[in-house]
Amino acid sequence: MSTTIEPAVRVETRRQPVPAPEKLERVFHIEDLTAVYGSKPAIKEITLDVYKNLVTAIIGPSGCGKSTFIRCLNRMNDLIPHFRQSGTIRYHGHDICGSAVDPVAVRRTIGMVFQRPNPFPKSIYDNVAWGLKVLGMKDSLDERVERALTRAALWDEVKDRLKASALSLSGGQQQRLCIARAIAVEPDVVLMDEPASALDPIATQAIEQLMHDLKSEYSFVIVTHNMQQAARVADMTAFFSISTGGEGERWGELIEYDQTTKIFTAPADSRTEDYVTGRFG
Amino acid sequence: MSSYGLGGVHQRNDRLARRRAVNRLMELAAWLAAALAVAILGIVVFSVARRGYHQLNLDLLTKTPVPFALGPVKQGLANAFVGSLVIVAIATAMALPVGILVAIYVNEFARPSIRTGVGLALDVLNGLPTIVIGIFVFGLLVVGRGQSAFAGSFALGILMLPLVARSTIEVLALVPASLREASLGLGVPRWRTTLSIVLPQTIGGIVTGTTLAVARVAGETAPLLFTSSIVGNQVGWNPHSALQTVPVAIFELSESPDPADHARAWAAALVLLVFILCASLLARWLATRSRRKLGAAR
Repeated sequence: MSTTIEPAVRVETRRQPVPAPEKLERVFHIEDLTAVYGSKPAIKEITLDVYKNLVTAIIGPSGCGKSTFIRCLNRMNDLIPHFRQSGTIRYHGHDICGSAVDPVAVRRTIGMVFQRPNPFPKSIYDNVAWGLKVLGMKDSLDERVERALTRAALWDEVKDRLKASALSLSGGQQQRLCIARAIAVEPDVVLMDEPASALDPIATQAIEQLMHDLKSEYSFVIVTHNMQQAARVADMTAFFSISTGGEGERWGELIEYDQTTKIFTAPADSRTEDYVTGRFG
Repeated sequence: MSSYGLGGVHQRNDRLARRRAVNRLMELAAWLAAALAVAILGIVVFSVARRGYHQLNLDLLTKTPVPFALGPVKQGLANAFVGSLVIVAIATAMALPVGILVAIYVNEFARPSIRTGVGLALDVLNGLPTIVIGIFVFGLLVVGRGQSAFAGSFALGILMLPLVARSTIEVLALVPASLREASLGLGVPRWRTTLSIVLPQTIGGIVTGTTLAVARVAGETAPLLFTSSIVGNQVGWNPHSALQTVPVAIFELSESPDPADHARAWAAALVLLVFILCASLLARWLATRSRRKLGAAR
């Protein structure tokens, strides 16, 4: 078996070509989104569309507002004092930013997986079942739990110890449990905020495979600072960068948003090229 | 030595010696202060135990006092122990839910400015002289209605409230934010997240805080003088009438001319002291245990 030297960022060739944007259904239509913590802007004037049944990756250097952006999509930032945002986020045509919109309802259909695995201090079974019970999906609970764990590629590893504490699982298993918990309640979109940053390569691969397998049912938005990961899993990639203004102000901006192959092989903006070739960041 | 940049060693030696001496002196002073604190507790416990243990027997806990008895009549303070139990239990039942709700509001829902304000109010309430609380409850519940154990409980409940709320706020702050996010991210409402995910993590801490608060108010005398001190000698469980309590009994017995009463006062003081020491140790143990559990949840 001969070994070949892999390029730093190799775009998967197995991927199916992404249809033209006109043919895709829009999940999110984001326009002029600006988010501010107190008086410090985090992101300014982001405009982009997220499409159904695709994996959309947000890449960029630390501090460019990737997490702030993704947390706007399910109103997670509401919990942070002094957070304000302007612009519009339309989800299947409905505005989800207004004060009349219940953030709980938004989060109900737009699930989230966080950077660090955060299972509840409950049993493995209850981690998945609790959300189902609270949200009134009590019918055929066992099947739902099994299906979610199977989809998250965790079932075979935990089926004999469903009553064991979720905290006894390894980091990678805990993160897959969190994914199972998120997809069990049947969201429409799953947001992932650097889901693999605390995991080893094998667990990372499992999670990437899982996104690949599940995207026919869900739409994924994934924040990652790992370009290889974006190249492997994403159909569309958005590159964010830090802009600086007068008085040392810094904020995140969308530089380029296109098909992943395009971003990594023929970026339109020189800043994107610098970043993906490793000259910056 | 001078080759290591320590030139003028002889000259500096004097200063070094002085510094060492000052250092020793300060260390000694700090050590003495710490020893004094421990010694005071030791002396109090020892002197109470020495004078109280003669009278310490089962009768003290199970028999009621015999009025106007002279000489070595066997008599106890059962009425005071039962009264203290009833009053502290009702006080806990009043302060615990309110304290937990205050803590939940402050830590989970309030804006930062309100959080500071309520925190300050709790500290001031905690620092109020107990006699002031006694007079307040006297004016509110006793005037026109007469004394009752319930009024006493209300006064002690006011004392317990900031203690319970403060300790609950502390443990709530220890619950990692990621756990709240996990639940909220599923689309679970905030109240449900608080109730089912956050609060169960804090039970150990709440029990600890409550135990400490019980230990603290079980020995309170001043508020009870106004609210539940005009009492009979019979064991009573009815909170609508005034009930004798251990601290008030100690106070009254110590005013008596009969030395046998003094002995009983010491014995009752010893029982109270042992109870408070045990409660404090229990609280400490519970606190370590719950902190370990919370640490594992991170």
